[in-house]
Amino acid sequence: MRTPQTRSYSGVPRWVYLPAGVGVLLVVLPLVAMMVRLDWSRFGELITSQSSFEAFRLSLQTSFASMLICLVLGVPLAMVLARGSFPGQQLVRSVVLLPLVLPPVVGGIALLYTFGRRGLLAPVMNVFGVSIAFSTAAVVLAQTFVALPFLVVSLEGTLRTVGQRYEVVAATLGATPSTVLRKITLPLVLPGLASAAVLSFARALGEFGATITFAGSMQGITRTMPLEIYLQSVSDPDAAIALSLVLVVVAVLVTVVTAKIAERSMV
Amino acid sequence: MPRKLAAAALTALVGLGLAVSGCSSPAAVNGTVTVYAAASMQPTFDALKTTFEAKYPGTKVTFNYAGSQALATQLKEGASADVFVSANDAQMKVVTDAGLASGESKVFATNQLTIAVPPDNPASITSFQDLTKPGLKLVVCQDTVPCGAATKKIETATGITLKPVSQEDAVTKVMVKVRTGEADAGLVYKTDVIAAGDAVKGIEFAESSKAINSNSIVLLKNAPNSAAGQAWVTLITSAEGQKVLTDAGFGVAK
Amino acid sequence: MSLQFAAKLAGRKFDAEIEVGAGERVAILGHNGSGKSTLLNILAGTLRPDSGVATLDGKRLFELGARRRYWSPPHTRGIALLAQDPLLFPHLRVIDNVAFGPRVSGSTRTAAYAKAEKWLDEVGVAEFAGRKPSQLSGGQAQRVAIARALAAEPKLLLLDEPMAALDVSVAPLLRRVLGRVLKEQAAMVVTHDLLDALLLSERIIVMDQGKVAESGATDEVLRHPRTRFTARIAGLNLIRGDYADGSVIDGRGLAVEGSVRDGEAPTAGSRAAAVFSPAAVSIFLEPPGGSPRNNLRVTIAELEPRGDLVRVRSDDHRGHFISADITLRSVAGLDLYPGREVTYSIKAAEVTIYAI
Repeated sequence: MRTPQTRSYSGVPRWVYLPAGVGVLLVVLPLVAMMVRLDWSRFGELITSQSSFEAFRLSLQTSFASMLICLVLGVPLAMVLARGSFPGQQLVRSVVLLPLVLPPVVGGIALLYTFGRRGLLAPVMNVFGVSIAFSTAAVVLAQTFVALPFLVVSLEGTLRTVGQRYEVVAATLGATPSTVLRKITLPLVLPGLASAAVLSFARALGEFGATITFAGSMQGITRTMPLEIYLQSVSDPDAAIALSLVLVVVAVLVTVVTAKIAERSMV
Repeated sequence: MPRKLAAAALTALVGLGLAVSGCSSPAAVNGTVTVYAAASMQPTFDALKTTFEAKYPGTKVTFNYAGSQALATQLKEGASADVFVSANDAQMKVVTDAGLASGESKVFATNQLTIAVPPDNPASITSFQDLTKPGLKLVVCQDTVPCGAATKKIETATGITLKPVSQEDAVTKVMVKVRTGEADAGLVYKTDVIAAGDAVKGIEFAESSKAINSNSIVLLKNAPNSAAGQAWVTLITSAEGQKVLTDAGFGVAK
Repeated sequence: MSLQFAAKLAGRKFDAEIEVGAGERVAILGHNGSGKSTLLNILAGTLRPDSGVATLDGKRLFELGARRRYWSPPHTRGIALLAQDPLLFPHLRVIDNVAFGPRVSGSTRTAAYAKAEKWLDEVGVAEFAGRKPSQLSGGQAQRVAIARALAAEPKLLLLDEPMAALDVSVAPLLRRVLGRVLKEQAAMVVTHDLLDALLLSERIIVMDQGKVAESGATDEVLRHPRTRFTARIAGLNLIRGDYADGSVIDGRGLAVEGSVRDGEAPTAGSRAAAVFSPAAVSIFLEPPGGSPRNNLRVTIAELEPRGDLVRVRSDDHRGHFISADITLRSVAGLDLYPGREVTYSIKAAEVTIYAI
């Protein structure tokens, strides 16, 4: 699969490799430090404890759920932003992307005042008997809040790159807009969509600030991996390191999968 | 003339020496003093900072407020500070056992739990027993932090098992949940309720005496500014410091 | 196909009115930026004009006036668009690409794929049916694109410089394919190429600065160009006639021998066109010896200096208006002037013959 390296002009000055290398170290060294620090003899026991297991299961479940919600809401949103044209489009984009730059804890507070028991939507939610306070649903909501812009940004970029030319051709061949979406647009952006979804999953997996502020922390219900790690970091640092490494492995897997998808889409 | 001048200088020097020896610490108190303090100390310590800086011109007090446990961990990892203030004995022990303290720690105040409810008390909580009401949204601290340890202790002593919906890692987070009405009730320190003013309502309960947290203070061995650090310790344990602490709801150390 | 079209789009300085009668195939010529693509896009429904009205075969495409605002979306128009790039859907096999149009317009799977196979065969790429577009050459892909457009059975097929992106070596083959498959298809082709105009249209519309600068029967426009643009591209000489034995014989006293460049030769007696540039014509004062073919006795009508060359336009009073480009020195040496009778000799090696 690998193409032989051709020695063509790269245009990269040699000195650029120095800061680039420092950048790599900045990311790699802390990971190495964690591995050095970890008491490996306890590793198995630490990551298989009841609380770790439940946190891991909960994290995977909630992240998967929020990825699905991100897809349901984010795909249309990205389409509207990339293809549509309406007044205030730029404003809508800025607002949707806000969670990217907002500290997650701010997001948590905002969610609290929106979906909380005395929040903005409380009257409506009470009518339907819905209460998400301290529930797993609250975790999913917090994760979706912070992960959605990742999917939207990434997919909007893909949509723009793919362009509208195939869609125009399909329309002139008689395909309705919905058919164009189903048979042309979505298949074309599928690799980008998959990596966008994986990205949103990864972001949801790492979500901490909004979750702890909005959903609370209860083993098996709202205490996801990052919350468990934070908790352990003060009481049992070894357990925190072990769990962190598990998350690192998951993150690496996610990245590799994304890269594979991207590679395959090049064919 | 010169003789007169020399005499004046001498008088001034002696005066200064007297002034210095009049202080409790042998060295001059100035510069920055760094205090690692349990988060529950924040309102009182912020007030006492003003007192301290007025008393010792040229000093500046900086705080690192966090959970006692987090602070103990940071100190063990080599963080540099002058004074450590823990909200419970266990974390003070962690620091002293690690040989980081200079001398004995001193208990300077006690704190006990109280029930915090939103001002309208939607679940009509009046006692500790009420916290077991079915469907009640109760938020407490995680076992590993002092307020959680106290909660656990009361549960054990009374034989009442609580069913919280969330176990927070800091008492401040419990307060947030109660303030916003997300929770019907929370177990927090008396001082937190007083500091929150009208935002929450406190409901004292007799069982809280089963778990009294001791707040202790110690000068650290590697303190960069031990003179100022010692002065801070002295202020906290002085009558002036104790008054501010009791006003804030702390109990007097016995 | 009959089309009435009028539209204005201030943003692109476009203001054109076009009427195409039943059965006419139209070539749109013009500089870059003259409004050709705007015209196609408005027709296809991918660009909305400020105002205008258009009907295709009696069905309203749009009506954007002060009182009525009607705009039909592209998929309802029955107008297919073939661009420079084939734009085959990269995720679909060739056969799926071609079956796309029939499928989305309600054909059964079987019928759609039968139709797709027929059209792939028609354009000569049936053997690639199972391939992905990325496995095709440019010329092959464009042929698939033609098949795809035709399989949708559009009322009108718009071709936007369909040969422009292709290698010169494959363009003639594609031109021949288009010439064949477009015989029965109402089409409008945007082109820079005179040959395309000749082979694919009965009518030419010349656009300039967003307006229709010239419009008329293809032969007429090429013979009497009224705009400089038309004159320039009309510089090629064109003789239409019947094919016989390597020559086009036009029945008016001219037989032009040439070579059939793209693919199969026309059958004897079928219609063909001989195309050659003015540079392929030599001028003699007296008829040269040898074959009478490719020689024509003419009267010089006009001398037009063009840098080092002079374009010598002629008239043989039997309907031939052939131009020759010769050097200034030759003009002086031969003492050429309007009204003088000379013999034009066309070099057979530089004449291309096309079946039409």
